[in-house]
Amino acid sequence: MLKGLNIAFKDLKIESRAREIFISMVVFSLLVLIIFSIAFSDLLSSASKTATVASGVLWICFIFAGTLGLNRTFATEVQNGCMDALKMCPIPRNSIYLSKVIFVFLLMLLVEIITIPMFSVLFNYQFTGIIWVGIVILLGSFGFVVVGCLISALVIRARAGEMLLPVLLLPLSLPVIIPAVSATSGLLRGEDIFSLMSYIRLLVVYDFVFFAVSMLVFEYVVED
Amino acid sequence: MMGETVLIAEDIFRDYGCLHALNGINLRVEEGEFIAIIGPNGAGKSSLLKIFTSLLSPTKGTLQIFGTKGNDREDVQDRIGMLSHDTFLYDNLTARENLLFFGKLYGMEHAALAERCDYLIRKVGLWKRAEDPVKNFSRGMKQRLSFARAIIHDPSLLLLDEPYTGLDMNASSLMENLLMENPAVTKIMVTHDLDKAFRLCSRLLIMEAGNIVHDVAANDPNARNFAEAICSSSGGQFKC
Repeated sequence: MLKGLNIAFKDLKIESRAREIFISMVVFSLLVLIIFSIAFSDLLSSASKTATVASGVLWICFIFAGTLGLNRTFATEVQNGCMDALKMCPIPRNSIYLSKVIFVFLLMLLVEIITIPMFSVLFNYQFTGIIWVGIVILLGSFGFVVVGCLISALVIRARAGEMLLPVLLLPLSLPVIIPAVSATSGLLRGEDIFSLMSYIRLLVVYDFVFFAVSMLVFEYVVED
Repeated sequence: MMGETVLIAEDIFRDYGCLHALNGINLRVEEGEFIAIIGPNGAGKSSLLKIFTSLLSPTKGTLQIFGTKGNDREDVQDRIGMLSHDTFLYDNLTARENLLFFGKLYGMEHAALAERCDYLIRKVGLWKRAEDPVKNFSRGMKQRLSFARAIIHDPSLLLLDEPYTGLDMNASSLMENLLMENPAVTKIMVTHDLDKAFRLCSRLLIMEAGNIVHDVAANDPNARNFAEAICSSSGGQFKC
């Protein structure tokens, strides 16, 4: 399984040179922030009103930027038949999946690290309880990437696969998006963390179950 | 030269829905053989090769490679190399990085891998371009590097799917020399090029409509007639 980490390093190396995926994710995310900051300009004077919309704005950035990343994650493997070359290597096939999860998750984290301070600036908003918000964002992003990588592998060779990905992914990831948005929203409104534990538990369970299931079924997803 | 039995295929069928690509293939390949699989388009050549590489599972039948059956194929994957008309290379990595990457996936030790990379890059004539990204390579250079990638782990069985596609005469001749260099490696090549098949190979499998219709030695006086007759046919697969 550790050999599969080489695939994630390889993806990071290719991305550090091509900068195709990361740049588009960041630009998309920043554009969404700018549009919402203009649309909600009336709310900017009130921190409590900003807190109401903050969770939705942030998760729209993360989810759609993440979808952009997921759309391209298997593209390097399809080009020149590299996916077949990987499948012929003496590594478990689910290590290919694991490496893609690591790669996209890291990209999403980087985008989030850029987006959150930008949100703070554009919406004139001071985050409180950032550690718990960070944990919720980590859990939500991981769950989203876990399902996204599986769907991405499924649709990569389909005609109009890039159109198909969001259509399949968004309904399937709703069980992670809903508790993630609700928990973030609660935290930003200053609710007690213990009152939000049910959301966090749901995120942990979803992450664990979907990761385990995806690891088991990935081999069949990439079978010709 | 002959020793271990490399591959035994028994009654291999492969269907794509209603399309029967392979209809009961039986085959035995011994160590050191260089076999050409020829036939018209749609004869099932590439499907058969994909089954040998484990990229495709047979619908029915058993395949044994190096004495290992079906589900335990991961154990023998490091003894199989594949060269295809697809290069299996990453355009944004350099020639050396591509070889190092695949070598690591085959579990090669760092020092041995670095040494093997240097050796193969020199061998395929890309030493001066070793640090260049593959996207800047010509088709012939890519195919040479692809050959180095296919044998980076020193496989005992080399599978070749139309390896000469898009190559000019010089690149084609270099590829031939590289292929013939190690006679101990068992090679199975899918090709449409009858001249190359007869010149390089010891045995020909002539396929039509998912069946091996002739299994002949390349020096058999009737082999060329069989091959030309089948390859000039329209081919096609059986449908249900």
